[in-house]
Amino acid sequence: MEALLKVRDVSKHFGGFTALAQVSVEIRAGERFGLIGPNGSGKTTLINCISGALQNDGGSIVFDGEDVSALPAYQRTRRGIARSFQIPRPFSSMSVLENLVVPLEYVRHRGTLHIADTRAEALEILRIVGLHDKAQTQSNRLTQVELRKLELARAMAARPRLLISDESMAGLSGNEVDEVLAILRTLNESGITIIMIEHIMQAVMRFSQRVVCLDAGRIICEGTPEQIVQNPEVQRAYLGA
Amino acid sequence: MEFSFELLFEAVVFGILLGCFYAAVSIGLSVSFGLLDVPHVAHPAIMVFGSYCTFVLAGLGLDPIVAGIVLMPPFFLLGMVVYRFYYEAFERRGSDAGVRGIAFFFGVALIIEVGLILGFGVDQRTVEAAYIGKAFSVGDMRIPMRFVVAFGVALVLMTALTLYMSKTFTGRAIKAVAQDEQALRLMGANPMRIKQWAFGIATGVSALAGAMLIIIGPVEPALDRVYIGRTFAVVVLAGLGSMTGTLAAGLILGISESIVLMHFGASWAPAVAFGLLLVVLGIRPQGLFGR
Amino acid sequence: MRFWILAVAVFLLAVLAAVMLKNEYYFFAGYTVLMFVVLATAWNILGGYGGYVNFGTPAFFGLGAYTAAVLFKAFALPLALQIVAAAIMSGALGFAAGLLTLRLRGIFFAIATIALVVIMETLFINWRYAGGATGLQLLRPPPIWPFQSYTTMLFVLMAGLAVMAVAIARYIEISWIGRGLRAIRDSEEAAEASGVPTLKLKVFACTVSGALMGVAGAPMPMYLSFIEPASTFNLNYAIGALASPMIGGTAHYLGPVIGAVLLSSLQQIVTVTISNEVNVLVVGVMLVVFVVAAPDGILGLLRKIPWKRS
Repeated sequence: MEALLKVRDVSKHFGGFTALAQVSVEIRAGERFGLIGPNGSGKTTLINCISGALQNDGGSIVFDGEDVSALPAYQRTRRGIARSFQIPRPFSSMSVLENLVVPLEYVRHRGTLHIADTRAEALEILRIVGLHDKAQTQSNRLTQVELRKLELARAMAARPRLLISDESMAGLSGNEVDEVLAILRTLNESGITIIMIEHIMQAVMRFSQRVVCLDAGRIICEGTPEQIVQNPEVQRAYLGA
Repeated sequence: MEFSFELLFEAVVFGILLGCFYAAVSIGLSVSFGLLDVPHVAHPAIMVFGSYCTFVLAGLGLDPIVAGIVLMPPFFLLGMVVYRFYYEAFERRGSDAGVRGIAFFFGVALIIEVGLILGFGVDQRTVEAAYIGKAFSVGDMRIPMRFVVAFGVALVLMTALTLYMSKTFTGRAIKAVAQDEQALRLMGANPMRIKQWAFGIATGVSALAGAMLIIIGPVEPALDRVYIGRTFAVVVLAGLGSMTGTLAAGLILGISESIVLMHFGASWAPAVAFGLLLVVLGIRPQGLFGR
Repeated sequence: MRFWILAVAVFLLAVLAAVMLKNEYYFFAGYTVLMFVVLATAWNILGGYGGYVNFGTPAFFGLGAYTAAVLFKAFALPLALQIVAAAIMSGALGFAAGLLTLRLRGIFFAIATIALVVIMETLFINWRYAGGATGLQLLRPPPIWPFQSYTTMLFVLMAGLAVMAVAIARYIEISWIGRGLRAIRDSEEAAEASGVPTLKLKVFACTVSGALMGVAGAPMPMYLSFIEPASTFNLNYAIGALASPMIGGTAHYLGPVIGAVLLSSLQQIVTVTISNEVNVLVVGVMLVVFVVAAPDGILGLLRKIPWKRS
């Protein structure tokens, strides 16, 4: 299978601090990919570099054969990379529904369709994540859990080929975790490649086909969930020396 | 225009004295805006308010510098109150806070400026002291004593503040809260109280800065408009959060202004700060030493 | 459709007033109020919808005024073309300034706009042809038929410009552009990740905003028969343009209108009876109070009143 995303030797520095040191990874189309690592290991920084929220200092990011390293985030989204945010960032002055209309209008239907059509599509997505009955609620009135679902719904509204879920399940109960996992699986079955960053080990291991572990800005292990769990480096990174 | 090394040298000397003063005047903003991320466009207005308070106290017989020091504790408390208010009204509520925060401080600056006009009139005010009106003669140059005095006070103030920030526990807590508020909260410290304390210090320092301002020259209520350019230029050029950079940036501004003043006249001098600010924002927004 | 009926009605009302009222003072006062409606509406496009505060209204307003004055002096250009030229110049300034500074955070943009005012003012103080620091006298041409008085004509013109400005703001607000701007204001990072071209939209808003401010300034030299830097680049325009939407309400195109009418009328009354300083004090206090206690402005307060009985 051809690689959908090629991250080649990507580095990122903040002043004197190196957040990412020549990270390379390839993700195949249709894959379910897990990204783990202790706090501060650079997971979100890597995601930010892939999505374009940050500009990488070295290396390149190639998506579907195109070098997108110099492109601003919104153009990467239009090419098919969508991400949810670790700390939810809703468009708080808008209703839940309108939150989805933004990516629908700007990615999918650039200025062509009427509002009526995008609303139907938005409602459909809300139905999938279970926020259908909150469609008219102003998004700053949602609970933490609902906000996380909105994050995911908004990323889905961009109809991506690659969806990056940044800790979508933090703080969710067991049932809710299963719900979100089911949604992600369904998306994957329809052909969407998924990168999952998660601290809930169980979820990552159940979901992913391949997992990569980051520590202090470097990849320390790559393999199947079983291989990762048994790797002594990974155990050391999480539990300390 | 004849090019004269002597004139240039004189401009540079003035620039250094002036620059150090600009750095001291900006260091409060370096803390409140650079470290705490408060859009404090009212910073120069509070400083000018400090100048007028100095004027009043000097009228009662106090030496201006002493007046400035005396004003520091009440201004410190004022800063604490202002920050608490800002925090409750804006930082807590998120979302639209950016626009409203800026508009809030703009309103405060207006109120201060107009309040000063209503209280003191638009005329310029000055203070008198033993060191105002005299000058040192160094070779062919005449350096006004008040510039040297302000330079000295500025150096002492900046050294004291920099030492405080790096050596004391509270000082380092302030730097820590600027970098990683989350981590600080996990360690059990209350970020809001630390920021409040820092804003108080920044405002207290502004009181002394205001005293220096009226020592260096006459003040009028609209003076905050010129200093908004100067202080933000220094803070941005230094790099947000860099205290040591503030001195370097102040010197750069002081010397540039002095040279422009000497060769192109006084009407161009205020434009230097704004011009410098635009250049820095355009080329290197993180400044010289920024994170 | 309802909007357009109302808009045309307002304009016809202005024309009616022009025909029926004889006291010139009404038109002087009315012109000023309408001018602030345009400024406030223009400001709100970038400030209210997009969330980027502009302190530099006098720069765009003044550039528009001076463009009109200089073109009139050089080519005796008719007023309509002066307005178009002013829109182009101030729009270009908005475009350039926006491109340079809108990549940065809001507070940096705000400070940079102050720099713009200083730069513009310095430029025109030093330009002899435009009158320099002392200013330029201008001889008004005769008013266009059917108007008898030039002031009345300007009043009706400004009414038309105000309607146009509000119509433009309304179109932006209800369109996908407005939604994108609101997304930027709520969370620029999330907007960018949702496919919104944030820089392009911001620069667009800044350009339109600047152009409209220039349009508001263009008739000024003819209105006064005179133009000079200090009063043209006056802080009062910055205050009025910013405070009117923040007090009236930033989310809806009527907010700046309400705010401008209120503050402008207040300004006329207080400045004449007490002093300009007290007026600024009142505006400052109102701004702080509204920003803290009534963030959705007067419109927001009106919405909270239960108008309909359930």
